[in-house]
Amino acid sequence: MKIIVNGKEKTVADRISLDQLIASVCENPEYVIAEVNEDIVKSHLWGKTPLKDKDTIELVTFVGGG
Amino acid sequence: MDTHMPTDKDTFFIAGKPFQSRFLLGTGKFKNKQEMQATIRNSGAQIVTVALRRIDMETHQENILEYIPEDITLLTNTSGARNAKEAIRIAHLARESGYGDWIKIEVINDSKYLLPDNAETLEATRVLAQEGFIVLPYISADLYVARALVDAGAATVMPLGSLIGSNQGLKTKAFLKILIEEIDIPVIVDAGIGLPSQAAAAMEMGADAVLVNTAVATAQHPEIVAQAFAWATQAGRLAYLSRLRHPQDAAEASSPLTGFLYEQPASSANDQKGSVTTDNDQ
Repeated sequence: MKIIVNGKEKTVADRISLDQLIASVCENPEYVIAEVNEDIVKSHLWGKTPLKDKDTIELVTFVGGG
Repeated sequence: MDTHMPTDKDTFFIAGKPFQSRFLLGTGKFKNKQEMQATIRNSGAQIVTVALRRIDMETHQENILEYIPEDITLLTNTSGARNAKEAIRIAHLARESGYGDWIKIEVINDSKYLLPDNAETLEATRVLAQEGFIVLPYISADLYVARALVDAGAATVMPLGSLIGSNQGLKTKAFLKILIEEIDIPVIVDAGIGLPSQAAAAMEMGADAVLVNTAVATAQHPEIVAQAFAWATQAGRLAYLSRLRHPQDAAEASSPLTGFLYEQPASSANDQKGSVTTDNDQ
């Protein structure tokens, strides 16, 4: 299925969960904050959050800034 | 206004939390994370700002938080927000991380000047303060907005000294003084400070703290200038607390005015009564 991750279209397996997606794009999920369709998903629920076709996911983290 | 004698414990409180350092450091623009880490250490900063951005899915780097000591208070800015709604969303994301709920509201909708939108900042402050965030809003030094921010529950106000990243110094000095005089919550001068002497000047005026990023991060030797800024901030604070005398128009001798070896000249032309021509002269 096709989902949008950080503004870019991505093809993924049909039954992927949010934690699996995050693990596939990120080495250290500890500092990641995740939104699915503009709702924040708490990290302990990532494994219980299946993704659907056309879902929009934002994965953000801390960077240097003023 | 503070009137007690300066002591070792010139503690600085934000939202009831005590700090010894009045120098806040931004973590943007450093060449690398190791340099940033050394700079934080040398600056003595106890509060540093960070931003939130989409993760880089191409390159896997260490996270910046690995390079910031755990006892530092993390102040997440809402940079990237163009309006109150976006700032609130970023704040929620920051809180979700579990790394604290101290938020620097930064709402900017112009890429040339990066001036903050005071109205949107006020709106975001109202909402986020209500939700229990510790809100430090970045603003232009406007007295009405600052008063409204106090009422809205801001923990401090952070008026700009000059444009972000410009190193122009305290261009807004006259207006910073107004806020320092009239606003009871801490006033932290943020943006545009380009020299340690400018940080000192802000503190001499009575600012509660300063926040510097560009001037430190873009110096050839950030770890060295970090110390200069730390000392300058302390120096300015001590100068303020010691209540130095205001500038005088005329000179006032530093050495005694009696027991001279030589006769001294009169102090000005007005004292020499015999030498000035008047209408009564023959």
